[in-house]
Amino acid sequence: MTGTSLIIRAATRLLVALLLVFSIFMLLRGHNEPGGGFIGGLIGSTGFILYAIAHGCSKARAALRVEPQTLAVAGLGIALLAGVSAFLFGDALFTGQWLFVGADPVDEYDKGLPLSTVLVFDIGVYLVVMGSILTLVFALEEEV
Amino acid sequence: MAAKTSHGPPLGGPAGWVSILIPAALFVLFARMLPEVGAGGVIDWSVAWVPSLDVELALRIDGLSLLFALLITGIGTGVALYASSYLGGDDHYARFCLYFLAFTAGMLGLVLADDLLALFVFWEITTISSYLLIGYSSDDPKSRRNALQALVVTGTGGLAFLAGIVLIGTAAGTLRISELGDLTGHALYLPILILVLAGAFTKSAQVPFHFWLPNAMAAPTPVSAYLHSATMVKGGVYLMARMTPSLGGTEVWGWTLMIAGGVTAVFASLLAVRQTDIKQVLAYTTLMALGTLTLFLGLGTEYALEGAMLFLLVHALYKAALFLMIGIVDHGTGTRDARVLRGLARRMPVTFLCALLAILSMAGIPPLVGFVGKEWLYKAGFGAGYGGPFLWPLAAAFAASALMVCAALISGWRPFVGRLSHPDAHEGPWQMLAAPLALGLLALTLGVLPDLAEPMIFAASSAVAGTPLEVDLYLFKQVEPALILSVVTLVTGVLFYLFHGRLRDGLARADARAPVHFDPGWDRLMDAVAAGSKGLTNAIQTGVLRRYIFVTFAALAVTLIAGFWRTGLVPTVAVDWGDLQVKHWAVLIFVTAGALVTAFTDSRMTAIAALGVVGIGVALIFIIFGAPDVAITQLLVETLIVVLVAVAMLKLPPLDPDRVRSVRLWDLALAALLGIGTTAVMLLVLAVPVDRRITDYYEIASYPEAYGRNIVNVILVDFRALDTFGEIAVVAVAAIAAYALLRGTRYRNDP
Repeated sequence: MTGTSLIIRAATRLLVALLLVFSIFMLLRGHNEPGGGFIGGLIGSTGFILYAIAHGCSKARAALRVEPQTLAVAGLGIALLAGVSAFLFGDALFTGQWLFVGADPVDEYDKGLPLSTVLVFDIGVYLVVMGSILTLVFALEEEV
Repeated sequence: MAAKTSHGPPLGGPAGWVSILIPAALFVLFARMLPEVGAGGVIDWSVAWVPSLDVELALRIDGLSLLFALLITGIGTGVALYASSYLGGDDHYARFCLYFLAFTAGMLGLVLADDLLALFVFWEITTISSYLLIGYSSDDPKSRRNALQALVVTGTGGLAFLAGIVLIGTAAGTLRISELGDLTGHALYLPILILVLAGAFTKSAQVPFHFWLPNAMAAPTPVSAYLHSATMVKGGVYLMARMTPSLGGTEVWGWTLMIAGGVTAVFASLLAVRQTDIKQVLAYTTLMALGTLTLFLGLGTEYALEGAMLFLLVHALYKAALFLMIGIVDHGTGTRDARVLRGLARRMPVTFLCALLAILSMAGIPPLVGFVGKEWLYKAGFGAGYGGPFLWPLAAAFAASALMVCAALISGWRPFVGRLSHPDAHEGPWQMLAAPLALGLLALTLGVLPDLAEPMIFAASSAVAGTPLEVDLYLFKQVEPALILSVVTLVTGVLFYLFHGRLRDGLARADARAPVHFDPGWDRLMDAVAAGSKGLTNAIQTGVLRRYIFVTFAALAVTLIAGFWRTGLVPTVAVDWGDLQVKHWAVLIFVTAGALVTAFTDSRMTAIAALGVVGIGVALIFIIFGAPDVAITQLLVETLIVVLVAVAMLKLPPLDPDRVRSVRLWDLALAALLGIGTTAVMLLVLAVPVDRRITDYYEIASYPEAYGRNIVNVILVDFRALDTFGEIAVVAVAAIAAYALLRGTRYRNDP
């Protein structure tokens, strides 16, 4: 994969960073605007795929730091924990739990900083999607 | 087997302690319920299990359940104690304790459950854990094969039983056993009966499903003692007894049970006498006992039910003791062959005492409780009537009992008297002697003082009958027909014993000439199933991806055509071409062009890129109609698919143009069919007014309940989070599986 053009390699540095930041942006805005863990995970994985195309798979693996399949399984675990945590509050499985930091007690629409198990679940989805796709792509690329 | 018997830590270490203490504690718990239940009381306890399906974990302890529960836990404790010495030094002893406890739990649940579905779950737990127990010596192929046979036979019966449960639910409107009522008049009665009895007969090894039980003797002796005295095989008897109030009392019930039970009893006692391995003798006498129980449950009179319950207790006591006894003999001498073992009483006096108490009860000799049990069966037999077919229960019980006397003498008398055959034989340790001795003494006590057993038998048989019965057990009151028949039985049995050598040879010759042998037949059946599925797999799984895809889509096309054919619906196209704007035309042309290029190119790479164009066109359609989430996802997925497939394609050889041309016409036909069919279906779907209730609900509830304005995402991560979790689990598993597949092939390619 050393044969890739200089343009791609130079552009990749910028693009990968942009894609990763954008993927997290998509993940976080997902609850109110188009986006979410699934889309975020897809975008994030395209970032790493681009990097793999430009610099080779081993570099991309090194950049990811953990094995992609570990990422996928960890995401699954996080999503499960988010769902099971509802039991702690006496609710049924996968009932969202919310914490509004600094919400305005009067204004119904000012929720302050909303933290929730739903977001944790979405992060799990993000990691599963990204990990799974990268598992596949890296394995296929190394095959070739 | 004897080689395995080495001595481990005292009482088998922690695993052993747990396996002994849990049944013991449960036994005490159940024993404390005896006064209340013995007086006719019922203890109910329930907790919601799957509320959405109306499944409850409902326990109901009446006389029948309590009798079984006491046998399961009581004999379980003894067997666990025995096993701590018998298997205590074995490498897999802890595993045995686990299986044993799982089995005990399953069996207890089975007899206590009041909900049929819960009962079924426990039923299957006993099936699976008994498979593990029977196949305990997993290094031995015979042991594995016999365990599998037991699993398949009882498991198949279990499936029939499940179907029966579903029908019962339909017929009775409830799955609570205590609320079933009388189902004999229902239109579904016969199918229910057949299915439930299929489950019960396989579990309790009635002819023609009997062959698995003697094979299950491949299990270690404590397992045999437990499974074949009080538990596993009695599960079917329990089911029949439990169902008697709902399904019993009809002609078909009575005769089915009486014929199957009677045939099993006589057939099994003949085979018992034919065996030389004492453990096999005991296995066949277990079959005989199961047959007798079925026979008298089928007879269903007051005496018959009391006799059946009493005999259940009697059999559990002596059969467990005898199995444990033969384990000690095996342990002390290294063999179980009835032809060789003689004169062991001098070396193993306590074992002999245990054996003596057990066989006296088995042969039905006063003052053991076995005598009372047999008297009651005979009384029931006499009560059935004297003419024609009504003689059948009595005749079957008599023949089986006489042969039983003979089998008892072969297994518990002959090895201990005469000239000593094994001078180096030695007595077993106390852990192994405790249970058979206790069981023997209990049989003696209940025989001398039958009043002690009265409340238990009263409660149990009343539960089976569905109405309270008068029970008055006694050892001897007056000379009556049953007593005379008992004496005749004994004399006949002893005569059989005196000539049992010749009897055995004769039976062996008859057996060799028999036209049907169940066990080899079973092997042939299993081989045929294996060969059949192999042939089917070879025919379907060709390994050519193209063919799989073609078949899949062809099946879809056939379904579509059949759907139109059956419903006779014709889609109407109501398009106002004037409504189409430039952007619509643009997307349409874009998508069509992509599809055409995909179809007509000769290069894989071009095809996949063109297909990507189609995908992007679809994403544009989503954007036009206001679904940005779906559009983004579609775009990203399209991109990734092109990347993935392109990477994979680098490995593939170039397309062979001749081959492509030869299949293209077929592909065209299929594609056209599918395209037209799908379009027609979509048009039909759109013609129906959309039910917006669910959409409206989400639109309204999204913000107030889930604090999110993006409905798609709120549904994904909140309203239907469990579904999403399932989906991402599939994604992760698929990725890991594909990874393993890719890695696997890579390692195979470079050795």
